[in-house]
Amino acid sequence: MTTKMQLTIAPILFHWSAKEKLDFYFRIADEAPVDVVYLGEVICSKRTPFFEKHYDEVAERLKRGGKTVVFSTLAEVMLKRERNMIAGFCELEDYEIEVNDSSALLHLSGKPFRIGSMMNVYNEDTMAYLAGLGATHFSLPPELPRNSIAILAQHAGRLGVTTEVQVFGRASLALSARCYHARAHGRIKDNCQFVCEEDPDGMPLNTIDKQEFLTVNGIQTLSHSYINLLGELSNLEKLGVSHCRLVPHTQDMVAVATLFRDTLDNKYSAREASEKLTAVGIPAPFSNGFWHGKPGHQWIDESARV
Amino acid sequence: MKRPELVCPAGTPSAMRTAVDAGADAVYCGFQNATNARNFPGLNFTVPEMEKSVAHAHAGNTKVLLAVNTFPPAGKVNLWKEAVDTGARLGVDAFIVADIGVADYIARTHPGIRLHLSVQAAASTPEAIKFYCRQFNVKRVVLPRILTIPEIRNMADEIPCEIETFIFGNHGLMVEGRCSLTNYITGLSTNMDGVCSPAAQVQYIKDDAGNLSTKLGKFTIDCFSCDENAGYPTICKGRYLTPAHDGAYYAFEEPISLNLSSLLPDLMAAGVSALKIEGRQRSRSYVKTVVTAYRRAVDSIMAGKDPEISDLLALTEGQKETQGAFKSKAWR
Repeated sequence: MTTKMQLTIAPILFHWSAKEKLDFYFRIADEAPVDVVYLGEVICSKRTPFFEKHYDEVAERLKRGGKTVVFSTLAEVMLKRERNMIAGFCELEDYEIEVNDSSALLHLSGKPFRIGSMMNVYNEDTMAYLAGLGATHFSLPPELPRNSIAILAQHAGRLGVTTEVQVFGRASLALSARCYHARAHGRIKDNCQFVCEEDPDGMPLNTIDKQEFLTVNGIQTLSHSYINLLGELSNLEKLGVSHCRLVPHTQDMVAVATLFRDTLDNKYSAREASEKLTAVGIPAPFSNGFWHGKPGHQWIDESARV
Repeated sequence: MKRPELVCPAGTPSAMRTAVDAGADAVYCGFQNATNARNFPGLNFTVPEMEKSVAHAHAGNTKVLLAVNTFPPAGKVNLWKEAVDTGARLGVDAFIVADIGVADYIARTHPGIRLHLSVQAAASTPEAIKFYCRQFNVKRVVLPRILTIPEIRNMADEIPCEIETFIFGNHGLMVEGRCSLTNYITGLSTNMDGVCSPAAQVQYIKDDAGNLSTKLGKFTIDCFSCDENAGYPTICKGRYLTPAHDGAYYAFEEPISLNLSSLLPDLMAAGVSALKIEGRQRSRSYVKTVVTAYRRAVDSIMAGKDPEISDLLALTEGQKETQGAFKSKAWR
C-alpha cells in the first residue's frame, strides 16, 4: 500500500514584491491542494530584506491551511552575511530546513534536514551518505532521467527517506557568481538596483535568429520551456517518488496545483490535463526531455505514439 | 612564502610528457570515459597509457592527480569506483573528486591516497570546505572561480586544507558542477557525462553574405560577420537577444580566457598552495608554452624578483584575456 503522492510548492525563485509574495502565499494557504510549501530566498541574498519580516505570518497562515512549511537555504553562499544567514537558518527549531548549498551541511550534521534540488545528489551512494548524516528527504536535480530517478526512489524506500521530482515550471539550469540581470542593464551585482523585479517569471534570452531559448533570473539561468510531467504522474507514483514539486510562476498556481492534484486523483487523463494546463495560460512550450534522457528542451508526447 | 605547486593539464600521454618536461610540479588527467569532466573524443588515457605515464611523471618528480570529478548517475557508480581502484593500483598521487558518494568510497577504500575536492564540487565557503575536510579528510580544495583575492586570503585563514586556484585558461561563466545548460540543449550532461558543448552537435553554417552561424543542437549560439573570428559555440559565451538590451550581446561573457599572470604574487601571498592551468583539450604546444611561462614566473617570484611574464594572449580564447572574479567584485 503506497501513501498518497504529495504536492509541494517550491520556493519562489524570482524577485516578486513583498505584496505579491504575501498575496501568493495567502492564496496558496487557503485554496491550493498542496501538502508542503517551501519558503525562503534561494537565489539572491540581496533580495532577502524585503520579505524577512513576513515569514512568521506567512508560515503561520500556511500551517493553518494544513501545509507543512519548510525553509529553503540560499543556493550560492559566498559572503559573510550569507554565511551567517545559513548558520541562523540551521538553528531554527520549529521548521525543517531544505539545504541548497553544502555550507549548511557542516552545521546540520546529526540533525534532520532536507536536500534541495540544487544539491548534486545523482546516485544512491551520495543519497545513502547524506541520509546517514540526517537527510530525510531529497528533491532531485531536474536533469536526472527516469532511469536514475527509479533507482534513487527505490533506494530511498530502503533508507526510509522520501523523494521529490519537479513536475511543473521552468527548470533551473545553471548558477553563476555574476548577475546576468544586472549585466543586461549595463550594471553590476553590487549596483543592480533590483532590475530583476521587472521580470517576475525571469528575463527572456532568445537566440540571434529569434528562437526562444533561456530565461535569466539574477545569477540563475533557467529553461525557457516549462517542465510538464502531468503525463508521468502515475509513473512517478509507481517508481515510489513521494512528492511532486511545482515551481511558482505568475500564472494561476492554485489552478495549476488543483490540476495536478486532480490528475493524481485520476479525474483527468494526462492529455486532458495538459490541455487544461495550456488553458491556464503558460507563456512557453512544455518540456519533458530530461525525464526521457533526451535534450531537456524537448517535448516527447508518449500518448501520441502508436 | 611557500613555493606553490604548478598543476598542469594532461589531456593525452604526449601532453603529459610535455608538461613534465616543461617543469610541471603536478599534472592532472583522467580516463577515457564519463568519470572525468573533460570526456571529449580523442582525449584522456587508457589504462596502459596511464600506467606508463604515471611512471614517466614520477621519474620526472611530477605528481599525477587523477580527475574522477563527475557525478555518477544512479546505477552507474561502479564505473567511478573502477576508475578510483585503477588509479590507486597505478600509484596516482591524489584523486580529484566532486561527488560525495565517490569521495566517501575513496576515503574508506584508499585512505592513504590524498583527496582533492574538485572545482566541480563548488565549495565556496569555509563551512562547505570544512564539511568535506571533516567527512572525507580532504587535503586540498580547488576553489570555484568566483572569489576575489581578498576573499581567498580570508578563506586560507579559516580552512584546514590547501587551496588550489585556476590561473590560466578557458573561463566558464557558470559555477562548475552547477550547470546543466549542455544537457538542456544536447541530451548530454556536463555533470554526469563530463561533456560541455559536444563537438558532435556543433554546426557552422555560412549564409550567402558570408556570415557564419554557430549552432549547438538546434539553437544558434552566435553569428559572425566575415571580419570576425568564429568562436566555438559554448552556451555561456554566445550572443543573445533580450528586450532590455539593445541588439545581440554576450549575455553571460564574451569568448575570453582567464590569465592571472600579473596577480600571481598576490595569489601566492594570499596562501594559495597550488596554481592550476586549464586546458586538457588543448594542444601540446599550448601546454609547452603556458607551462614554461608560468614555471618561469613562479620561480622568479620565489627568487624575490619581479615575475617575467611572457605574452600568452595568442593562446587565449578569442585572443582576449580577463582576470575574472579574482581582481574585483565588479566582475559580478
